[in-house]
Parts: sequence; C-alpha cells; structure tokens
Amino acid sequence: MHLILFAPEILLIAGCLAVFAISLGVGRARLAAFVTLGTALAGLAACAATLVCRGDLFFHAYRVDLFSQLFKLFTMLGLVAVVVFGRQLKDIRADVRPEYFLFLLLGTFGLLTLVSSIELITLFIALELSSYALYLLVPLRQERSGLRVQMESAAKYVMFGIMATGVLLFGMSYLFGVAGSTYFRDLAPALARHWSDPAAVVGMTLVLAGLFFKLAAFPMQLWAPDVYQGASNETTAFIAAVPKIGAVAVLIRFLLCATPADHVLTAVLVIASVCSMFFGNLAALVQKDVKRMLGYSSIAHAGYVLVGLVTLHAGGYAAASFYIFGFVVMSLGAFLVLCLVSREGENVLVDDLAGLHARSPLAALLMGASMFALAGIPPFVGFMGKFLLLTEALRGGFVLLVVLAAINTAIGIYYYLNVVRVMYFSEPGDRPAVRLDALSAVTGVLLLAFMLLLGVLPARLLENTLTAIQAAVIWK
Amino acid sequence: MNVLVFNFSWPLLSTLVFLPLVGALILFLMRSDRAAKIWTLAVTLFNAALSLQLYTGFNAATAQYQFAEDLAWIPSLHIRYTLGVDGISLLLVLLTTLLMPLCVLCSWRAISVRVKEFLACILLMEAAMLGVFVALDFVLFYIFWEAMLIPMFLLIGVWGGPRKIYASVKFFLYTLAGSVLLPVAIIALYLHSTPHTFSIPALMGQPYSAALQAGLFLAFFVAFAIKVPMFPFHTWLPAAHVEAPTAGSVLLASVLLKMGAYGFLRFCLPMTPLGVVTFAPYVLALSVAGIIYGGLTALAQSDMKRLVAYSSVAHMGFVTLGIFVLNTRGVEGALLQMINHGITTGALFLCVGIIYERTHSRELSAATGIGRAMPAYVTALAFFGLSSFAFPGTNNFVGEFLVLAGSFAFSSKLAALAIPGVVLSAAYMLRMLQRMIWGGTNNPASSHLMDLNAREIITLVPLLLFVFWIGLLPAPFMNVFHVSVSHLLQQFHAGLHP
Repeated sequence: MHLILFAPEILLIAGCLAVFAISLGVGRARLAAFVTLGTALAGLAACAATLVCRGDLFFHAYRVDLFSQLFKLFTMLGLVAVVVFGRQLKDIRADVRPEYFLFLLLGTFGLLTLVSSIELITLFIALELSSYALYLLVPLRQERSGLRVQMESAAKYVMFGIMATGVLLFGMSYLFGVAGSTYFRDLAPALARHWSDPAAVVGMTLVLAGLFFKLAAFPMQLWAPDVYQGASNETTAFIAAVPKIGAVAVLIRFLLCATPADHVLTAVLVIASVCSMFFGNLAALVQKDVKRMLGYSSIAHAGYVLVGLVTLHAGGYAAASFYIFGFVVMSLGAFLVLCLVSREGENVLVDDLAGLHARSPLAALLMGASMFALAGIPPFVGFMGKFLLLTEALRGGFVLLVVLAAINTAIGIYYYLNVVRVMYFSEPGDRPAVRLDALSAVTGVLLLAFMLLLGVLPARLLENTLTAIQAAVIWK
Repeated sequence: MNVLVFNFSWPLLSTLVFLPLVGALILFLMRSDRAAKIWTLAVTLFNAALSLQLYTGFNAATAQYQFAEDLAWIPSLHIRYTLGVDGISLLLVLLTTLLMPLCVLCSWRAISVRVKEFLACILLMEAAMLGVFVALDFVLFYIFWEAMLIPMFLLIGVWGGPRKIYASVKFFLYTLAGSVLLPVAIIALYLHSTPHTFSIPALMGQPYSAALQAGLFLAFFVAFAIKVPMFPFHTWLPAAHVEAPTAGSVLLASVLLKMGAYGFLRFCLPMTPLGVVTFAPYVLALSVAGIIYGGLTALAQSDMKRLVAYSSVAHMGFVTLGIFVLNTRGVEGALLQMINHGITTGALFLCVGIIYERTHSRELSAATGIGRAMPAYVTALAFFGLSSFAFPGTNNFVGEFLVLAGSFAFSSKLAALAIPGVVLSAAYMLRMLQRMIWGGTNNPASSHLMDLNAREIITLVPLLLFVFWIGLLPAPFMNVFHVSVSHLLQQFHAGLHP
C-alpha cells in the first residue's frame, strides 16, 4: 500500500485527533481553529500533490484516481474557505467550539473517502460518516431567546437524512441482489445484462433518490431551506456547498455503472431535474432571509446539475462536475459575505444588505459577482457551467429540458438581481460598516478571481474533468 | 475562400476591447475624482484614435473579415477566440469608440457621487460593446452580449433619475428574459453544423432544415427585437432612457439599440434565410407599427427625454423595415440609418442633458423660450432636430431615403404605410423646437441660463460635423459596406434555394 495515495485522508485524521485532544481542555477555541486551518491547508496541498496519482487501496474498495482527487481538491478548497471566514464561530456556543471544528474535519474526512469509494459498503460508511458529523453541526448553534430554531432544523436534517439512508440501503440491497457483489466493477456488467429486470431499475432509482438527499434535489429537497435557515452561517456555508461535490461524484460513479442505461432511469433524472429547477426558483422568489433564499436556489442548482447527468454520457458528467465545482466557488463567495455582514452570527435578511457598497465595497463586489454568477450571467463561471450543461443536454436530444432550464435562468435572475439592487441602490441608513479581516479579504478576492477565471478560461479544468471521468469507467 | 484576413501585425481588435478593461482596473488606483475623469477621457480618446486605424487599413473591396485574430479557446467544444470586422461591423465599432469620449465629457459635472465607479462602468460598457461588434465566435459574442447588462444595470440604477430602480430592474429583466433562448439557439446551430463549430462565418450558409430555421429565427427574433426595441417589445426603453444619466442614455440610444439590428444582419439573414422569409411579413408589419406608434406617442410627450426615446422607437422601426425588405437599398439604408440614429439621437440626449443640468427638469414646459438666453445651444439643437426628421442635407435624409426607396421596390403599399411616420417625426421635432426656441419668451426661469461652455461645445461639435458630412457626402461611409452588404444578400439568396 502506498501511503502517499492516502495522504490527504491521513492528514485529516491526524487533524481530527489533534482537535479532539484540544477539545478536552477548556477555552481553547482559537487553538482549535488554528489547527483546523492548518490541517485544511495541509490537506489541500496533499490533494493537489496527489492529483496525478493512481492506485487502488483496501482490497480494491478504494480508488485514488484523477476523478477522486479532483473532487477531493474542491472539497478541501471548500473546507479551507469555510474555516477562514467562519473561524470565529460567532454563533456557536463558546464551550463547544473545538468540538465544532472536530465534526467539521470529520465530515470532510467522510466526504473525501466518499468520492474514492468503489464498493457499496465502503461508500455507505463514508456517506454516513460525513452525514452524521454534519447533523451534529446544526444544533451547536446558540439558542435565540424563546426560539429553538436550530433544534428544529437539526431534527429535520436528521429525520430526512435517516429516511434517505434507508432508501439508499434498500436500493443497494436490490443492486446487490442483481449483481451478487458489492464492488462497482462487478455491478456494472451485471446491470448491463439485467436492465430488463425491474429489480435493477428499482434498485438504481432508489439509490439515486437516496443520493438526491445530499444534493438537495427533488424529491429529497425539503430539508434544505429549513436547515439552511436554522443552522449557523458557517455551518450553512459548508452544508450548502461542500457535501454536494461528494454527492455529484457518487452519482456519477453510480451512473457510470448504469451506462448504457435504460430510458426509465433517464425519465427519473429528467423529472427530478425539472421539478428541482422550478421548485427551487419559484420558492426562492419570495424569500426575505438570504440564507433561506440560497437554500431554495441551491435546489434549483441541483436541478441544473442533473441536466448534465441525464445525458448518461461522459461529456454530460464532465459538464455537471464543472458546474458543481463552479457552484462551490460562487456559493462560498456569497456565504463569505453573509458571515461577515452578520455581526453576532444572526441570520441576514435581504434588507440587511442595504447599502453594502458603502459599508464594504469589496464585500458588495464579491456578493454582486456571486449573485450574477449564480444567475448565470457571463463572464462568471455560472454562465460557462450552464452553457456547457445546455450544450451536452441538447447534444443528447433533450430539447424540452434545455428550454425549461433556459426559462428557469430567467426566473432565477429576479431574486439574485434583487440582492444586487438592495446592495447597490439602497442607502445604508444607520447600518454599521462591515469589517473585513485581512484573511477573509484575501479569500474573498481569491474566490472572485476563481469565479472569473473558471468562467473565462474553463478549458483546462474541463478537459481534466473529462479525462478523469473517462478514466473512471470501472469495468473496462 | 478563407473568410478571415490577418492583415495587421498586432492584435488591434483585442487591444480595442481590453484596453478599456485595463483602464477600468487602473481607475481604482486614482486618488482624486478629477484624475479619474482625465484618465478615463485619455483611455477613451486613445481607443478612438486607435480605432481610426481600422478605417484607414480597411479594404472595402472584399467582404472578408479583416484585422482577424483567431486562437483556440475551449478546444473540447470547438469554441475559439475569433475577432474580425467587415463592412457591416466597421462603422458600428467606430461609432462606439468615437462616442465614448463624448460620454465621459458629458458626465464631467453631471456625475458627482461614486465617480470612479461610474467611470469604471462606462469603460466596462465600452469593452463589452466593442466585443459584441468584433466577436466572430458565437459563444464569445454571447458573453459580451450578456456581460454588458451588468454595467448598464448599474449605470441606470445608481446614477439614474427618481424612478431609477424600477427602470434598471425592468431593463435587466426584460433584456435578459429576451435572450435566455439565445444560447439554446446558438447550441442548436453548433450541433447542426458540420463540422461542429461556433464560428459565426462558418455557421452561415449551412443547410439547416426549414423547421429548424424557423425555430432558430424565433429565438433570435425575441432576443434582438427586445434589444432594438421593436414595437411591442419597447416598453423597457422609455423607462430606461428617461431614468438613465445622460451618458447612459447616449450609450443606450447610440450603441445598445444597434445591437439588435446588428444581430438581425449578422445572424438571421445569413444563417436562417428560410426563417427570415417566413416571418418577414410579420416583422415588416411590426416595423411599420413601430414607426407610426413611436411617432404618435412622441407627439404626445411633455418630457423631452421621453420624446426622444419614443422617437428612437420610430427610427429603429425604419432600420428594421430596411433590413427586412431584403434588398440592397433597404439594407444599406438600414445600416446607414443605424449610424445616423447613433449620431443624431445621441446628440439629442446630450442636448437634453445640458438643459437638465441647468434647470433640473426635463419638462418641455420648463425649457420654453430659451432661444434668447442660449443662442448657441438652440442652434445646435435645431440642427440635430432637423437631422432627426430627415431634413435634406442631413444624415438621416440619406438613410431614410434609401430605406424608403428599398421599401417601394419591395411593396409600394408598405412604403406608403411608412410615409406618415416621416411626417410625424417632423411634427414632434418641430413642436419641440418651436416650444424651446420661440415659445413662452417671458419664461422668467430661462432668462438667466448660461449658454454652452467650451466642454459642451466640444461634446456637440463632432456630432454636428458628422450630421452634415454624412448628409452631404455619404460616399466615404457607404463605400465601406457596399461589398459586405451585397455579399450578405448573396448569401441570403443562396440560402433560399439550396
């Protein structure tokens, strides 16, 4: 076994243990934050260093390849950004702040192992590891007087999560029944032979439904707005962006096993995609709480990602992966600003952003760019991602789906534009200035640069993603 | 035939597009607002001077795309970074670069808050607008086309009039909603071309089926008709024009509106000729309706900016009329009319802006009888007004005459329907001129108004020069696009009989 292949994960485990040791003492939140940030940066470097490594570990249940490492890289990027701008944990009870970092690292560790798993049990354990750590982050928020909103959110998150897990396991049992093996490399040829068998279709559909929970796609999306609103800002920033990378990776792994697939599967994905887009965008139109609005909008973005997945083709998967990478950057850009605008970790209403251009020009610029990017306006990454998705879907012949996705872009623009309008056209009134510490400012500028760069020069990442996905086909 | 001519030693077009972007970035290093203004003026002037090389180096004897640049950009999708100008885009590029310094000058005193941001928006607009006209790759075109909305949205929304928020949001939503199907059409073109390409010249004359062409044309039409804007898609225009700051109005009227017409010429005619033939009667009907409706509505306005805005609807009706009669006179007239409208209407918005700076009102009734106090101003205004209703000897006369001649050749009934529009434009312009110059001489508010200062004279004189230059000697301008237009119509007719 080559240890280097497992280096990012090992670093994260070491970080977890260190933070656990720190959490045994009292009042060591700053130290825990420091260690977490160091671990995250080291992990990021390790992911970048192992980008071109290839190899199987743990009895071929765990694969390190360009595909997994690319997804890990963006997962770690997400973690670093969240730790940088959320490191003060304004709204987390002071006595549990080190534990918060512990769970954050554990959740990320789960996500890293998730994207490398090529065996059902390994995958399931990784998924649960990441889920349970994240469930615990939600109720750690401070209690508002007479309002236990964080508990309600946590309960909803856990309930929905457990239900999704059940569905997923049930589907996996069918797949196991069809293939007689839990390895993806056995699953793929067995499924290809058995598409006429309803058990294969039902099994795959149930697995997809279970994974839609992580992606917050219809019909497993109901938890998203409430959890986004109830969790503290940093938690939401993480939950909104990072686990979705893992979800897309696993979805692609499963769908790669399911090619050449059945039209039922395509129909399932199309319906999920259309319903996610319309539900997310229409519900987001009327939201006043920015986090809740982003919660609904993330459902719509899950729908866009599915537009790429319905093609059941490497090009479509590459477009979907590119889109989720871009989404992480855009989403973190928006949440960075929310975390800074929120003085004591309270939720931010759209009106609270009034006159942000005067209170902090950089924050307003970043938020504005994120909004335009999420809306899909060029030259930002959101546009390029959406354009790639539409191209691949149209290539696959999904004309109606593409037209509906285009119409959704027009619906979505309204609420994104509303945020920009409030920031730039309204007067700040007596709202206080927003202070950007240097580290957050640098992160913000980097996110802004990423948004522009990935939007204008996507070729490199796109081609690498495509190569990665073509190489990730397991049964060949 | 290779459609691209690489006839320049260095990337002139890229420089024109990206210099303003760089200028906008450097702007934020400036300490004082005054330095920022001078810097922006210098950048725009330099760009204008650079762009003159396009005219001097342009070979009018060919319909090829000149000053071309071509680089691989996103190879997996065959998206390339391709720039070039032909006779159709050359004058629009020059119009844009030459107007930008005037936009800076007219905002010299009118903009006093967030000056640097304002100037940055102006420079971003210049980059995006030039990009639209010189892009020869459809994805590149679309990026510039959409990216332009952001600075324009901010220009209207931050520095606009009392109802700026309503106007800017309406502008953004309307134009964006119009162009959401544009990428779908672009991708469809890509997937139905052999070999797959996003190159605009290569997408022309491909054998698309009639049904596909009809669908593509409709997707294009919605996007471009809203931008033009054609009746009945014009409702965003008066709001945006009235509330935008003077520079924003000038940019909207002079350049942005041309993009829709440019889209019709560049994409619809050569790529979807069957779609054009199918839908041309309806487009012509909307054009004539726009001419009459715009004229009648302008006649009823008491707000000067609103009057000029509605006159734009009528003038752009002439442009689309000229394009969709589909003969040489009509298309050449339309192209010339695009430039003319840019010059004349831009100048009229500048004139309204000058009055607004003095009286803080755009009401016609507040600006009556200023002839005595501001003789130089009303002289300029009168010339632009005459030009606006196509008085012989001015630029609009040549263009409108060509469009009407083309329309008569197409159908005398159609042309007869458009004629009242000419009379209407004389009526509303003369009404405005009469009120402002001679009406209500005892208006106490107007007696102590200052006449034009040197900066304002410098802003208006170049436009006045072009009004008469094109009016009396249009050949240097029209020679540029003769070959390109005839090539375009050849392509169009070839597409009809595959």
